[in-house]
Amino acid sequence: MTLKLTKERILENIVKGKRLDSRKLDEYREIRIETGISKKAEGSAKVTIGETAVIAGVKMATATPYPDTPEEGVMTTSAEYLPMGAPEFESGPPREDEIILGRIVDRAIRESKCIDFEKLCIEPKEKVWMVFIDILVMNHDGNLFDACGLAAIAALKDAKMPVLTDDGTVDHEHLKGSLPIKGTPITIAVKCYKGKYILDTNADEGEAMTTQIVVGSNDDGTVSSLQKCGTEGLTKKEIADMLKLAVDTSKKVRTKHFK
Amino acid sequence: MDKEEIKVEKVKETSPAATKVVVPGDIIKESMDILPGTGAFREGKNIISKVLGIAKTDGRVISVTPLSGVYSPQKWDYVIGEITSINFSNWSVDISGPYEATLPIAEVKGYIERDADLSKHYAIGELIFAKIVDVSKTKYITLTMKDMKSRKISDGFVVDLTPSKVPRLIGKAGSMITMIKQRTNCFLSVGQNGRVWLKGDHEDIACKAIKMIEEHSHTPGLTDKISEMLDKELRKGK
Amino acid sequence: MTKSERTDNRKLDEIRPMKMKIGVIKRADGSAEVEFGDTKVVAAVYGPRQIHPRHQERPDRSVLRCRYNMLPFSVSDRKRPGYDRRSTELGKVITESLQPALFLEEFPKTAIDIDMEITQADAGTRTTAINAASLALAHAGIPMRDLVTSVAAGRANKKLLLDMTKEEEDAPDAVDLPVAMMPRTGKITLLQMDGIVSPEDIEKIVDIAEIGCMKIYEMQKKALLEKYSS
Repeated sequence: MTLKLTKERILENIVKGKRLDSRKLDEYREIRIETGISKKAEGSAKVTIGETAVIAGVKMATATPYPDTPEEGVMTTSAEYLPMGAPEFESGPPREDEIILGRIVDRAIRESKCIDFEKLCIEPKEKVWMVFIDILVMNHDGNLFDACGLAAIAALKDAKMPVLTDDGTVDHEHLKGSLPIKGTPITIAVKCYKGKYILDTNADEGEAMTTQIVVGSNDDGTVSSLQKCGTEGLTKKEIADMLKLAVDTSKKVRTKHFK
Repeated sequence: MDKEEIKVEKVKETSPAATKVVVPGDIIKESMDILPGTGAFREGKNIISKVLGIAKTDGRVISVTPLSGVYSPQKWDYVIGEITSINFSNWSVDISGPYEATLPIAEVKGYIERDADLSKHYAIGELIFAKIVDVSKTKYITLTMKDMKSRKISDGFVVDLTPSKVPRLIGKAGSMITMIKQRTNCFLSVGQNGRVWLKGDHEDIACKAIKMIEEHSHTPGLTDKISEMLDKELRKGK
Repeated sequence: MTKSERTDNRKLDEIRPMKMKIGVIKRADGSAEVEFGDTKVVAAVYGPRQIHPRHQERPDRSVLRCRYNMLPFSVSDRKRPGYDRRSTELGKVITESLQPALFLEEFPKTAIDIDMEITQADAGTRTTAINAASLALAHAGIPMRDLVTSVAAGRANKKLLLDMTKEEEDAPDAVDLPVAMMPRTGKITLLQMDGIVSPEDIEKIVDIAEIGCMKIYEMQKKALLEKYSS
């Protein structure tokens, strides 16, 4: 756990526009995205932002569609803190944080409509493809929303579809064709402290400042998911500023890592 | 298929004062005349390393300084601790590592009244530079603030270093730490528990020096390398 | 010209290509990533540290707790996240394979926690996990009597072999015998067996595993020393 003294230093510096690792308030640590890191997955990716390390894998199976969308495939996202990720992560049933992380990452991808679920229909009302996205936090040094969001979309874009054999079973050994995805939704978390906006907080900074908005935005600058987290309130102006910063940042990240 | 002779290689020693990186289980020396120091143990004729570290021979004792590992509290060590809870007649203090320490009322400077609000003396989250006065067999650690060097820490900031590397940060006769203090114009207080407090003009450069010691404590010529880095970084600032 | 009898062209007593890297999880006290062919495992150690829940505390020594977990996408058919009996058994078996090597009595009332995650599975996950955990423990500075080294030997298609792949494990006459040992003393800390085999053949298979372990031990040492050579 971060020392109280360190948290005080961090906050004093933020007010002055400075950070302990000499970054600017809107500056990211190095982002690295590596795809195809797990052979058994249909798609996979490892993302590191500074020392935060997260991996995601995509697996597919056949399933019956939901009754209200009989001709659409299905997607489900889960995020888990591996016990190795931080001293405070323990083995056991999913905690609140993990569930929220998974749901926020899921929302950005689902609501952006980047996946054409109709193309994942095998037989209307009977059989569709189910896409599982599993995200694991391997080393926690802050900014898990951004890292997990990137890992999820990178794994989805890396994914190839398994082949459906004649007797209806799924052949995971032979993959053909990509998932029907257009565009790259990106999740960016923006923190706010005393009117200052901060991007990519590391673990210590994250403990010192918890108030933030998490924004999922798309190639055309539209926003498809938005959530405020943390213990302090935010003014309308702050939210508007942070929203713009998130969308602008997502454009930079998208251009640098997905073109 | 032939069964090969299964051999375990002994670590070669080059001279009596040889230092070498060893892994747990390495046979450092076969001798009945040598005593195993910290980080080593005897098994029959052999002195064997317990840890991943640097083996050193000092007269008749072979010891191994670990390259990592938690703080092992020793009586009379100075440590930097954070108050974690206020109890009936003492404070609990986190000194890093698996064992929590206790600061009893009796070990605090000045007089504390019977029903006093202990948080007015030391509050949760406050940092102290304290001395260990006792480590019991069951690892109950007692601190004192009555020592002359003990004090509360309320500004500057704290950097972590692997406890076994603290001697490297201090250097022979304090040479390394004095060099860092003078060049960066910083106050530095080192806790044996691997917490280092610093405050001064070039805190970030002092921090860099400590990080270099963490990464390269086992390499020779470290003092020169750090001296070069300090020169380079200070020139940048000008 | 001799043709290899194994599908991946290995000799009967040849281990798959190995990779070992120390220090891959920065927040952990010690960590390592180990690959044996297509099996990949990451192990990380926290400890000795305060033990939670407190009732697990032992007054005379540290408690070693190992978690073995396969990531959902590490296998062909997705594995549902969460508790499963096989992982629980393996966690205990691995704990018992590492415990004899540790000086647990030096840290009473604490826990040493090891998290082993299988990121890609192709047979030999428990032995790869033990090799990774052993490196992570050494990297964490935990005092040990010796490293622990592990490999599976066995039989497939009438041949006695070392380090089987999934395909070999599925052979009709397959015998799978994972072994872990402390190299200096040769003491065996893990021994399990699946299959039908004579006691004489078991001894032969254990011998094969022992030779394999010594080769793996050399690689483990190399990986640890590499991290600290200038």
